[in-house]
Amino acid sequence: MTARIGVITFPGTLDDRDTQRAVRLAGAEAVPLWHRDKDLKQVDAVVLPGGFSYGDYLRAGAISRFSPVMETVIEQARAGLPVLGICNGFQVLTETHLLPGAMLRNESLHFVCRDQKLRVENAGTAWTTDYAAGQEISVPLKNIDGRYVADERTLDMLEAEGRVAFRYLTEGDTADGYGNPNGSLRDIAGITNEAGNVVGLMPHPEHAVEPLIGTGRTDGLGFFTSILKKLVNA
Amino acid sequence: MARVVVDVMLKPEILDPQGQAVQRALPRLGFEGIRDVRQGKRFELEVEGPVDDAALARIHEMAETFLANTVIEDFTVHVEDRAAS
Repeated sequence: MTARIGVITFPGTLDDRDTQRAVRLAGAEAVPLWHRDKDLKQVDAVVLPGGFSYGDYLRAGAISRFSPVMETVIEQARAGLPVLGICNGFQVLTETHLLPGAMLRNESLHFVCRDQKLRVENAGTAWTTDYAAGQEISVPLKNIDGRYVADERTLDMLEAEGRVAFRYLTEGDTADGYGNPNGSLRDIAGITNEAGNVVGLMPHPEHAVEPLIGTGRTDGLGFFTSILKKLVNA
Repeated sequence: MARVVVDVMLKPEILDPQGQAVQRALPRLGFEGIRDVRQGKRFELEVEGPVDDAALARIHEMAETFLANTVIEDFTVHVEDRAAS
């Protein structure tokens, strides 16, 4: 049986098609889901793709958090459904409080678009088992609201529990994709919930799944092969 | 009808680069003596019916769940013009 991975489209979502394509390249079935539908069509996992859901007019991800589809996602994520939030999807996950902290305007106030080098810190989440802890990958990054913040207590808790899933690589030249692109605290690029089924990150693995486009590497494909392996072995 | 104002501000410990950019521009424009600027959001709500305690409690709940993200922001609620018609 093929694993079914849902990809949610909100008004303003941009990367749903790329995400569906990444899901298919990994060997799973991509199931489009619409923000007004409460029904998740019995998918085995859900991806919240990048974009500007509901225009981000109040705060990034704030309005989509109350969409009918998210009511179901929140409920099922708490029960163990694997959920990956990429960029705007990560912002939605912090607004739902499925992940702690919040996302703010980049420290530079500039929209940043570049290939970003990351370190995979936690290779034990539902979405990262095809990576090795400490592995360095390069995937595209494009955001203006990518500054992850949380209070010191929360940050310490995330570190202590190994829940910082990805960090920006900060050594070397910023123009080369090194360096913290948005001022996120402790160079955090992505985090996971306690159970490891909910993961959010700002960079875009779905744009690095084919050698011909994006970074010219397929460093992002591991997210989608990881979840597929987990679902098939479940 | 009455107007209720919800003011939302980033918590003091959260870096506000937008406010800083404004603050840096002030001396260039000839406005001296401003030590710090922080930028917030103001929501003006035109409320149907009386703004009684129950209505204010609903608005407080609205601010807490939606208008502000209390992880990073504080908010205040006040009735600006009870007699506006």
